[in-house]
Amino acid sequence: MWEALKRLYHRMGSPKWFYEISAVWLPWFAIPAALFLIVGAVWGLAFAPADYQQGNSFRIIYIHVPTAILAQSAYAMMAISGAIFLIWRMKMAAWVAASIAPIGASFCFVALITGAIWGKPTWGTWWVWDARLTSMLLLLFLYFGVMALQKAMDTEENSAKAGAILSLVGLVNIPIIKYSVEWWNTLHQPATLKLTEESTMAMEMLIPLLIMIVGFYLLFATLIFMRTRNHVLWHERKKNWVKKLIQPEAEK
Amino acid sequence: MSLVTATIKRDLVIAARNPGEWLNPLMFFLMVLALFPLAVDPDPKFLSKIAAGVVWVAALLATLLSLDALFKADVEDGTLEQWLASGESLFAMALGKVFVHWCISGLPLTLVAPLLALMMNLPENAYSALFFSLLLGTPILSLLGAVGAALTAGVRSGGLLLSLVILPLYIPILIFGASAVYHAGIGMEYAGQLGFLGSFLCISLTLTPFAVAGALKLNLSR
Repeated sequence: MWEALKRLYHRMGSPKWFYEISAVWLPWFAIPAALFLIVGAVWGLAFAPADYQQGNSFRIIYIHVPTAILAQSAYAMMAISGAIFLIWRMKMAAWVAASIAPIGASFCFVALITGAIWGKPTWGTWWVWDARLTSMLLLLFLYFGVMALQKAMDTEENSAKAGAILSLVGLVNIPIIKYSVEWWNTLHQPATLKLTEESTMAMEMLIPLLIMIVGFYLLFATLIFMRTRNHVLWHERKKNWVKKLIQPEAEK
Repeated sequence: MSLVTATIKRDLVIAARNPGEWLNPLMFFLMVLALFPLAVDPDPKFLSKIAAGVVWVAALLATLLSLDALFKADVEDGTLEQWLASGESLFAMALGKVFVHWCISGLPLTLVAPLLALMMNLPENAYSALFFSLLLGTPILSLLGAVGAALTAGVRSGGLLLSLVILPLYIPILIFGASAVYHAGIGMEYAGQLGFLGSFLCISLTLTPFAVAGALKLNLSR
């Protein structure tokens, strides 16, 4: 098992290998992602029972919660790829980190927007300076910082390293976000989904939500694969295998 | 004399001979504070309500402004290369540079803030909270800021990028610092907030120098 993992890791370092194998893997993520998202969305939006307090407006959680979870775990993944790049100098890891940043920022943005849309009928205001909302906004700023830095330096390698260092520093922020609900315990309702305790949510509402979360994770994986493939092509554009791939007839 | 103490001494001497280096952030601090009564409301009751936050925001911005130059000169004139070639640890150098930066920006801000808070009509019982929260908080601002300064030292017009990168990291410190002062003002316990600031200081003292050292090395491969 360990040996197999190590072999996979070493192969991952090869852009060409990644490009070829990801073409095979991509449909295995993309198709289930579409299935899960369609099933989860239809179930959650049309068939799940309405909330007895919030009525139908609660249904936005089927977008809000998965994007919010992903925005946070995407950041962690970006920082981990950055660390792999810093420690083992693996170029692929830098490209993965660069692919994740805009995806994570978009999820973060969607979570904030859907939260605002839900907040208007429920709290009576688009935005409150609650700890959880603020730290989500902060996460978006962190993404912006990393994205700005990933483009700022004069060489691509240095930009990637700077982005990686900043994302690692920012990673300290993730637990603050996660536990802010418990620390400040303000307007935002405490997390309903818990891994260790029984959820306080009704089963009929919970199952579509879990389906949506899985669907969003698969979508996230699909997007990473697609973006990283583009990064591979762009950075390896001078290499023979890419030239062959793009202009097979130019081969002598 | 070790290289670290020599650098600290050199930087302090430079700062002493260029008073602008430590005076400018102070003047900026004063001017930003003056903007709030002018722009919002000079009513003393209102000012005393917002004083805690405003003083902290102004201190944070003043620190941010003084950070840009932290490593610029060392990167440009080759001091950084010499340091690396000497084999001394970059960790120690980072701590030394941050210490000097705090001495010429954070420390004066902390000492002057209670005086300026008078103008903002800060409640009387909040002064010790303001002083201690700044005393614990400004070194964190310098430490985190040093990471940003090291990352952007080689970037042309890095000042704006520096703010963009560092401000989100400052927000937790701002929250706890300002809330300590605010709670002291309304007569509540504020030791908890100071405790959080203290623990943030310990974490950043131990971790940020690694990030600074890593970021500084980026400037060498240019």
